[in-house]
Amino acid sequence: MVKGIGQILAELQRFRDAAGKTKESLLANLVMIGEIPAPTFGESERVRFVQDRFSESGLQNSSSDEVGNGFGILPGKDRAKNILVVAHADTVFSEKVDHTITVETERVVGPGVADNSISLAALATLPMILDHLGLELDSNLILMVNSRSLGRGNLEGLRFFLKNNQMPIRAGVCVEGVELGRLTIGSFGMLRGEITCQVSDQYDWTRFGTSGAIVTINEIINRLVEIPLPRRPKTSIVLGSIEGGTSFNTVATRATLRFEIRSESEELLADVRQHLEDAIAEVSSASGADVTLDIFARRKKGGILSSHPLARHSRSIMKELGVEPRLSPSASEISAFVDGDIPAVTLGLTEGGQIRQLKEFIRIDPVFTGIAQLVGVLLAIDGGYCDEHE
Amino acid sequence: MNMNEWLHSNTFHFSKFWDIKHLVREKEKQGLKISLCIPTLNEEKTIGKEVVIFKSELMDRYPLLDEIAVIDSGSKDRTLEVAANFGADVYLSAEILPEIGEKKGKGENLWKAIYQLDGDIIVYVDADIKNIHPRFVYGLLAPLIYRPEIQYVKAFYDRPLAVSDVIRPSGGGRVTEILVRPLFSLFFPELTAIIQPLSGEYAVRREVLEAISFPIGYGVETSHLIDVYHRCGMQAFGQTDLGRRVHRNQPTRDLGKMSFGILQTFLQRAHAVGVLQEAPQLNMILRQFQAVEDEYEQIEIEIHEEERRPMIDIPAYRAKRGLSS
Repeated sequence: MVKGIGQILAELQRFRDAAGKTKESLLANLVMIGEIPAPTFGESERVRFVQDRFSESGLQNSSSDEVGNGFGILPGKDRAKNILVVAHADTVFSEKVDHTITVETERVVGPGVADNSISLAALATLPMILDHLGLELDSNLILMVNSRSLGRGNLEGLRFFLKNNQMPIRAGVCVEGVELGRLTIGSFGMLRGEITCQVSDQYDWTRFGTSGAIVTINEIINRLVEIPLPRRPKTSIVLGSIEGGTSFNTVATRATLRFEIRSESEELLADVRQHLEDAIAEVSSASGADVTLDIFARRKKGGILSSHPLARHSRSIMKELGVEPRLSPSASEISAFVDGDIPAVTLGLTEGGQIRQLKEFIRIDPVFTGIAQLVGVLLAIDGGYCDEHE
Repeated sequence: MNMNEWLHSNTFHFSKFWDIKHLVREKEKQGLKISLCIPTLNEEKTIGKEVVIFKSELMDRYPLLDEIAVIDSGSKDRTLEVAANFGADVYLSAEILPEIGEKKGKGENLWKAIYQLDGDIIVYVDADIKNIHPRFVYGLLAPLIYRPEIQYVKAFYDRPLAVSDVIRPSGGGRVTEILVRPLFSLFFPELTAIIQPLSGEYAVRREVLEAISFPIGYGVETSHLIDVYHRCGMQAFGQTDLGRRVHRNQPTRDLGKMSFGILQTFLQRAHAVGVLQEAPQLNMILRQFQAVEDEYEQIEIEIHEEERRPMIDIPAYRAKRGLSS
């Protein structure tokens, strides 16, 4: 058993070497996992594969639950303590996309390899790495492949587990493929939704909005960009995608705008939302179009402080490995931990690029540093060095 | 054994062999050594993935394979570097048995693998498979490990696991259905039971491999089937459905060259085993046409299906294997 944070820091290079020795297993897992399509709500086959990997590694209770999460538990010596490590199974790619992955000497290329197949591969390989290192934790290590995370999934898998789980979780670690150095200790406030504009086929085109749904959506966008946003607390409106119409010469009867509002302040978030609702009401009434607002995902601002021992030790582990930590809030898995009042961090595993595109890639060599970092943080939590009373 | 009986008893689906642990135990009980040979020529895009998957899953996790070898015809890209980087043994075909010279063709690599590799069974897998998976190897090996009388296991592809009562056409690619199956129907009707005679994935016992000749080009698979059939009959064959195989599609003109090579080999082997009494004098030039503006011009391609004699007849091989000269 590793004693003291100093010894963990001293052992990081050994952890890196051990991870490097599992290169073929890690890459094979990456290829086999990544080539199974896993759009949000359609992750079951990918989750089952990782579960099988857990079983083959001898993990207890390799199982799934009613919302499609997959689990493997590496039992610790003290069965009362639990650390939860999560990686989301779903990707933004539909099952119709060619999921073929290419393995090059220094990179792996293919849809979803960075977000988030490499993390799933790391979880599937982690028992083997810990075994090579001869490490046995005090805490149970719950490895979780969470379903329904992205978009309309709204972290349903992880939220379901945290709500219904009977095992007390002392800390959580969320694993994301990129970028190595990412350290997320909290969530910003967030609202994610869709504005849909529908005009009737029998619309009176002599009235306002003669070009139909797209012009109406455009009018809403004009109002949105006029909403005053302060520099501090940081607040932004992200217009993610727009969709509408069917051809060149047919007036669009339906258009949809997908957006996210993010803010470090809950008050500002509520304020922006009010502006948005006002803008929609005005445009709707002026145009006569049917405009609906559907906010289907919310995140509460929160998280641990940067002085929290989990944040401090995560930073020192990264620095010891030559990785410069970059603090960045997020609205991903960590938000569910925030809601559950469980200290958690998100770590990036490697370098990569072209994220969420077909030629998405990760670099192979930095992954081993990323895994060493993960092992270091898990040991720090396990040793009790990340508990707030320290 | 009639064809239906053979199809019933010697045709397998890879999913039947999911228990690789059990397969490894059985392999070890029999004291078998197994080699994987991947013949390559400019395959840098797919070779890394193949080596990673096979090494991780079938050497490190389950020790089914004792060696993974890439035998290369002289790639101009980074095929060998990538393969070596992920742990394969890499060989240049020209450097194996250099005293007998070098011939260009995939069959040459397959033949030289018999000399270079140590396995009692050699499994050959092409390097251009995009959706590579361990089943491409264990699905071919399992019938040899579980059924001692089977000598040669061939892959076929794309039979869905869930089937309805509707009759579905099942078969090979264009060259198989237009050329090889009609030829087999005419001269070797039993061999038509091999669903994809031209598939590049097969596993074979050394005693069989070392005793048959190897065309170095397009005809190697056809030649194997005729020779093994002639020596051992249908009971020596097995075939395994390996699911879906995603690979590059060849243009029709290239299929013409392939067919030309296969036809040469077929006629030679049919004569050698006595099915054709007289071997006709063959012209080795394939003539294809192309249009340049409003003119047509003929392209002449010389395709000469050379053959390597059985490895057992090569003195260096006999010496290496400790066989009497």
